[in-house]
Amino acid sequence: MAVIVHEDFQFIVQGITGREALNFTRECLEYGSKIIGGVTPGKGGREVYGVPVYDTVREITDTQRVDGTVITVPLAFAPDAAYEAIDAGIKEIIIITEGIPRKDASAVVEYAALHGARVIGPNCLGIIVPDVCRFGSLGGPAVDCRKAFKPGVVGVMSRSGGMTTEICNALTLSGLGVSTAISIGGDPVIGSTYADLIPLFEADKDTKAVVVYSEPGGTAEAELARWTQEHKSRLPIVAFVAGRFMDEMPGMSFGHAGTVVNKKVDSPADKMRRMREAGISVAEEIGDIPNLVRERIGN
Amino acid sequence: MRFYEFEAKQLLEKHGIPLVQSELVKTADEAKTAASKIGGPVILKAQVIAPGLTTASVQEVADPAGAKAAAATLLGLDDGGRKPNGILVEARPTGEAVYSLSFTYDGTTKLPVIAAANMAGKIDDLGDTHPERIVRRHFSALYPFSDYIAKELAKSLVLGGNDLKRMTRIVSGLARLFLKYDLADLDITSMVKLGEGRFAVLDVEADLEIEARHRQRPMLDDLGFAKDDLRQVREPTKFELEGARIDAEDPRGIISPIAEFDGNIGLVIGAGGGSLTLTDAVRKHGGRPANYAAIGGNPSVDKARRLTKLVLSKPGVDKIAVMSNVVSNTRADLVARGVIKGITELGFEPKDKILIFRVPGAWEADAAKILQKYGVEYCDRTVSISEAARRAVEKVS
Repeated sequence: MAVIVHEDFQFIVQGITGREALNFTRECLEYGSKIIGGVTPGKGGREVYGVPVYDTVREITDTQRVDGTVITVPLAFAPDAAYEAIDAGIKEIIIITEGIPRKDASAVVEYAALHGARVIGPNCLGIIVPDVCRFGSLGGPAVDCRKAFKPGVVGVMSRSGGMTTEICNALTLSGLGVSTAISIGGDPVIGSTYADLIPLFEADKDTKAVVVYSEPGGTAEAELARWTQEHKSRLPIVAFVAGRFMDEMPGMSFGHAGTVVNKKVDSPADKMRRMREAGISVAEEIGDIPNLVRERIGN
Repeated sequence: MRFYEFEAKQLLEKHGIPLVQSELVKTADEAKTAASKIGGPVILKAQVIAPGLTTASVQEVADPAGAKAAAATLLGLDDGGRKPNGILVEARPTGEAVYSLSFTYDGTTKLPVIAAANMAGKIDDLGDTHPERIVRRHFSALYPFSDYIAKELAKSLVLGGNDLKRMTRIVSGLARLFLKYDLADLDITSMVKLGEGRFAVLDVEADLEIEARHRQRPMLDDLGFAKDDLRQVREPTKFELEGARIDAEDPRGIISPIAEFDGNIGLVIGAGGGSLTLTDAVRKHGGRPANYAAIGGNPSVDKARRLTKLVLSKPGVDKIAVMSNVVSNTRADLVARGVIKGITELGFEPKDKILIFRVPGAWEADAAKILQKYGVEYCDRTVSISEAARRAVEKVS
C-alpha cells in the first residue's frame, strides 16, 4: 500500500520543457515513475526523454487515464495551469512553483475542492513512495533518491522539501525506512495540510508512525494537534519544529514565504506546546527523530 | 510587507471607508497646528514598522501644547535604525459602541476569513481573552465578494436597522479592498459607532502579500513606496546589503535570505528549512552564529566563493561551518569548490578555516575528493545535522 500514489500511478508534467522540469522528468523516469505526457504551450509534438509533449492537457486526458500532474510552470501561469488540469478531470495535483500569492493559491484550492481534486503545494517538491513511485522533484537524481529513501514504516510530512530528504535519509540510515514521504509546501496557504493528509497515513497499513517537520508561521501545527486530540489515531506522531531562534526576532522573515512570527500561533514555542499537549512527541534536536520513533512504536 | 498606518488609511479612504479625522505631520510644530485644527484631546501615532513599538509609538494628549511636546518625543523613536515616517495626529471620538474587524487567510480552510468583535483590539489577542465575543465568516478568493456575507456578519454582531446596513457596506468595502490589493492581513483594531449613527475607523494595521509586490506596483507607486523598500523590521546592515548584492548579481542559485547576528561562527549553510534547522542546531550546542544564510537552488562556484569571502571577512569571525541538509539539486562539489576558492583568495588554508563540511547528496563523491586534496574532512550523510553542529561548536571553543 502507499499514500496517494501507487505502482500504476501515471502522471503528466505541466511545464515539462523548463530547466527544472527536464531534470526531474529524467530523474522520475530513471526512478521508474510512469510519466505519460508533458505540456508546454507551443511545443506540442516534441519529446522529452521519450515523453511526448502536448500543447494542452486535454489532448492527453482525452485518450489516456491521467492520475496526476506536476505543475512547474512560471509563476504567472501557475494558477491557469492548475485550472486546466482540474477542468480536464485530473484529481492529484502537485504544484512545485514558488512565490504564488496566497490569494491565487486559495482560489485554486477552492476550485480543486469543488471538483474533487487534491492539491499538494504550492512551493513543494511532491511525493515519494520508496521503490514504488516518485511523483514530483523530491529527492534529486535517482541514484541519490534511492540512497535517502528506503521502504519502511514511517510516513513523513514536511513543510520543507530539502528537510523531507534529510529526515527520510535519517530514517533510512536508522533502519526504520519510509512508507510515504510528502513535501507539503512552505507557503501560508497550501492545498493539503498535515491534518488533511494524516487520515491517508492512518489508512495505510505500511505506516506505523508519522514524522512531521514544521517551521514558524501558520496554524497547521495547531490544526494537527486538534486533529490528534479529536481522533483516536493508531499512529504515534513525532514532530520537529525548526526556526526556534526566530522566536527572538518577531517580524523577521527567513526561509519560506510562510515563515514569519507575527501572531502567537506562528511561534515555534507555541507550536511545540500545543503538539506536546496533544500527545505528539516533539524532538528537541533533529538527530533525535529516529530514536523517538523507535520509542513510540516499541521497536 | 507592513504598510504605515497613514498609507493603509489612504487606501481605505480611496474606497469610501469612513475614517476618523486625521492628519499626517512631519514636525512637532505641524503636530501642534493639526491638534488645534482638530480641537480637543488628540492621539498621536508615530509611523513605524518595527514590532515592539506598539506602546511607545502612541500618545494621547489633551491640547495642542501637549501635542507639540509628545510629537518631539515620538519623532526621536528608533524604528529599527530608521526615523519614524511622520506622525498621525487624530481625533479620538468616544462613540456608543466599539468594534474590531480582521481579514486574513485561514490556513485550515484555505479561504479568506473575516473575524469581528464588539470590542476594540487585535482579534489575535481577543481570541485568548474574549473568544465568545468573536464572530467569523469565511469568503472566497475565487468568486467575487457578495454583500450578503457582510450582512450575515453584521447580523451576528447583533446589529439592525441602519447600523446593519452601514456595517454591511463597510465590511463589503474592506473585503473587496483586501482581495483587490493582495493584502495578507488587514486589522481594523478599533472602529466606533458615533452618536449620530455613523461609523468611523480609528486604528488600522495592514500587510501586503510580499509575493504580490510586483503586480501591486501601481498601488505601491500611488502610495510612494520605493521600489526596493521591503519594509523589513529593521534597516539592513552593510553585511546584509552586500549579501543581497552578491545574490542579485548572479542568477544561478540563491544565497538569501542573509542576516547578520553578533556571534563568532560564520555559517555557509543551506537551504530553506535546512538553514533554520542548522541555525537552531548550532545554538542548541552552545554556538553563537555570526550570520544566517540559505544557499540553495544550485548556486554557482562563484556565488559560493563570494558568500564564503563575505562571511569570513565579517569582523569577529575566524572560522566557518559549511553545512546543509542532504541536497538534491544543489551540487555539493560546486559548493566545495566555491568555499575553497573563497578561502584561498583571502590568503588562508582551507583546513584552518573550515570547522566542518557537511553537505551530503548530489555529487557528494566529487565534493569529498576536492576537500581531501586540501586536507579538509568531508562529513557524509551518516553524520547527522545535530552531530555536525556539535562538532563545529566544539572546534571553535
